[in-house]
Amino acid sequence: MALNRIWVLAEAADGKVAPITLEMLTKARELGDTVEAVYGGGDADAIAETLGAHGATKVYATGDLGGSLPGEPVASAIAQQAADGNAPDLIMIGTTYDGRDVAGRLSVALDKPVLTNNVEIAVDGDAVVVTTPVFGGTKLVRTRFTAGAPYIALFRPKSFTAEPSGGGAAEVATIEVTQPGTAKVLNRHVEEATGPKLDEANIVVSGGRGLGEAGKYEMIEQLAKALKAAPGASRAIVDAGWVPYSYQVGQTGKVVKPTVYIAAGISGATQHLVGMKGSKNIIAINKDPEAPIFSVADLGIVGDVHKVLPKLLEALQSR
Amino acid sequence: MNVVVCVKQIPDPAEPGKLEADNTLDRSGKLILDESDSYGVEMGLQLADASGGGEVTLVSMAPNNETSGLRTALAMGAAKAILVSDDALSGAGALDTAKVLAKAIERAEADLVLTATESTDGYTGTIPEQVAALLGQPSVTFAKHVEVADGTVKVQRQTELGYDEVEAPLPAVVSVTAGVVEPRYPSFKGIMAAKSKPVDQLTLADLGIDPTTVGSAGAGQEIVAVDEAPAREAGEIVEDDGEGYAKIVAFLENLKVI
Repeated sequence: MALNRIWVLAEAADGKVAPITLEMLTKARELGDTVEAVYGGGDADAIAETLGAHGATKVYATGDLGGSLPGEPVASAIAQQAADGNAPDLIMIGTTYDGRDVAGRLSVALDKPVLTNNVEIAVDGDAVVVTTPVFGGTKLVRTRFTAGAPYIALFRPKSFTAEPSGGGAAEVATIEVTQPGTAKVLNRHVEEATGPKLDEANIVVSGGRGLGEAGKYEMIEQLAKALKAAPGASRAIVDAGWVPYSYQVGQTGKVVKPTVYIAAGISGATQHLVGMKGSKNIIAINKDPEAPIFSVADLGIVGDVHKVLPKLLEALQSR
Repeated sequence: MNVVVCVKQIPDPAEPGKLEADNTLDRSGKLILDESDSYGVEMGLQLADASGGGEVTLVSMAPNNETSGLRTALAMGAAKAILVSDDALSGAGALDTAKVLAKAIERAEADLVLTATESTDGYTGTIPEQVAALLGQPSVTFAKHVEVADGTVKVQRQTELGYDEVEAPLPAVVSVTAGVVEPRYPSFKGIMAAKSKPVDQLTLADLGIDPTTVGSAGAGQEIVAVDEAPAREAGEIVEDDGEGYAKIVAFLENLKVI
């Protein structure tokens, strides 16, 4: 067995464990004999039960980070464990804001490569092989670590399905931060959001440049409301400042896999496709019949969003 | 204040990507400035201006001494560029690239290093943090607003739920999201001036990096295979005849989501 011991970087907000953490723990159980979590924060006791219920027997926690961004302190704590001979064979980290920071710092501290944006991992004999989508998800690259353990790998959300293991609460152990962070969080701002979260919604309605102008995004919001869906956006209109970055679906933004994804006025740049082509059903509305979005659509309407969307909205509202 | 902006020159993402025989991305054609980097360039120019002096230096790693993307950023107003080009860098991973960029950045003596959050082609998204770690500097990633004052950088950092106000002492590395500022279009004057701006072309030897520790020789990773992703089955594509919306309603009804 190439992987005896696996660590999963746990992330949590307000005592609630992030879905990506539970997804990785579930996958880790398939791959390794011992699955443990590592956590940057002071409230490990609050999440030990959930982590344990998904297969982590232990959670190594740094304690409160004193307002620091987690990259520096958490990576230093993991690197210290490695220096003390307590390194796992594989460290699984989510492709999240903080996850990438920890992975980047850790790869320098351990002088090991980090393989990112993975959607699958397998042990093949002695080789640990990860799978990464490229070219908008049209091709899958399989890459083997040759540098030796510990392997550092970043996974895209929703790559695995979280399932409980029935395990009891993880034992909490403390690990030492050797490099306190120098970047400090002064304030946290929570943007008010109504309706379902983009990456958890059953239906997502996204708008793109084809809407023509910022004010027309309201059509997307109304349609989302009528369908109890989350509104999303292509990178083009996020860059243009029409909607906040948190709306963005794609390579840089959120990965979504809803039951239904409706793309309105989105051409389907590879950047966008990689974030939504895992949706179970895709509906596209675009006036350009050659738009790449139609190559992934189950239902494609070649037409003007300004004509189709108002009629669709009216039909849904009158039901 | 002097600002370094890391920029990547990439194959035009509007063209279909091609792979080399060793499954690395074919970068032999003309390369352009990664649009994601235009935001960092603009931010750097604005911050250098606001500080009342200083300039923007570009740092890039690219094959074949490619400078066409750098010229675009120089035309926007960057003062000069450092370009690292070396055949041994083919197959470089993110950590290798970060090592090269960090060594090049050290030459520029910057107060602030700006990057994009990730490149459009490789999209690893770890390089800003790796560069910061190699330089021994603080880092703030995913900045959607950046201010510099009194030796510190204040950033609004994107989070899952909104944003954090984050502060770090300079020198520091900050990665900026697309849309953080509106990149200027190069003026004709800028384009002409860019042709004569200095581009310092360096090799690994110039930076004191052992070629066997980076690129395909030292990346610590090896591509095993590249497979076609399972294609989605072709869907029904119809021209809107005024009743297109009804097709959508029927589709949603069939799925029992309405």
